[in-house]
Amino acid sequence: MDAAQHEDVSKHMGQYYVVFVALLCLTAITVGVSYLHLARPAAITVALVIATVKAGLVAAVFMHLISERKVIYAVLILTAVFFAVLLLLPNLTTFEHHSGLPGT
Amino acid sequence: MSETVIPYMVKPHPVTGIPNGKFGIWLFLASEVMLFGALFSSYVLIRTGMPHWPPEGGLSSEVLNVPLATLNTAVLITSSITMVLAWASCKMGSLPRFRLWMAATIALAFVFLVVKYFEYSHKFQLGHTPAHDNFYAVYFTMTGLHGLHIVGGIIVNSYLLGPGTRLWAKDREHFTNRVENAGLYWHFVDLVWIFLFPSLYLL
Repeated sequence: MDAAQHEDVSKHMGQYYVVFVALLCLTAITVGVSYLHLARPAAITVALVIATVKAGLVAAVFMHLISERKVIYAVLILTAVFFAVLLLLPNLTTFEHHSGLPGT
Repeated sequence: MSETVIPYMVKPHPVTGIPNGKFGIWLFLASEVMLFGALFSSYVLIRTGMPHWPPEGGLSSEVLNVPLATLNTAVLITSSITMVLAWASCKMGSLPRFRLWMAATIALAFVFLVVKYFEYSHKFQLGHTPAHDNFYAVYFTMTGLHGLHIVGGIIVNSYLLGPGTRLWAKDREHFTNRVENAGLYWHFVDLVWIFLFPSLYLL
């Protein structure tokens, strides 16, 4: 390993520890909020927002997505699109059911 | 027979700009998103179709053990940073430090499984098997598949800690890339748990 690489990694060490502490704090917050017994839509929103922020931190810093090549972004955008389809398409059937639209 | 060399294992591929191994692991993780995505989709579909969740009444947080799951969340987050430190140690040229952090990562993975074992065995004692109802079917399927991923991570990481280190003497950069790829997988397993924990235990 050359000296430049050594320095490059050691510069990021502080960032890793900050993210680690942030992840622990966000876990404590999400558990704490669950004891407040918020109304369902608010509870789901808060829990998923916190989980998304945590996942974002892990992906951006631990998985180095913040400084990744375009080809990885392209793969992930495509994955995100298909993930959304996978999540929404089957659940549209219950939407039709609840809204009384034909097709169920 | 001459030795076949797989191209671009260390140097970036001219088209993608990254080594083939890293590109491969990202494509694998994309397929993993679809695997867990299918389960999350099924979970939402099953749950929205039920008049009450869990079907027997109460709240998920009352039926499942939130303190143990919170502990396991902290364990996995800690194992993620030890994995990063293992990779960073390789980058900084220290094999002993890599060994230390990788051993810590594997140990934490075992802690996660032991905690999960206590959770599962308590559920089984109460007769709450996957066949009990939809709630437990979803709970065991999703946490079980995630647990299998933890086992997979332990196997890969143990290889890198044990016989895999032989590559360090031959080609440090190649070995470091392998650790990075194993790390990408490990962080993904952490990432899945970050969503599983609130969706199954807290909501």
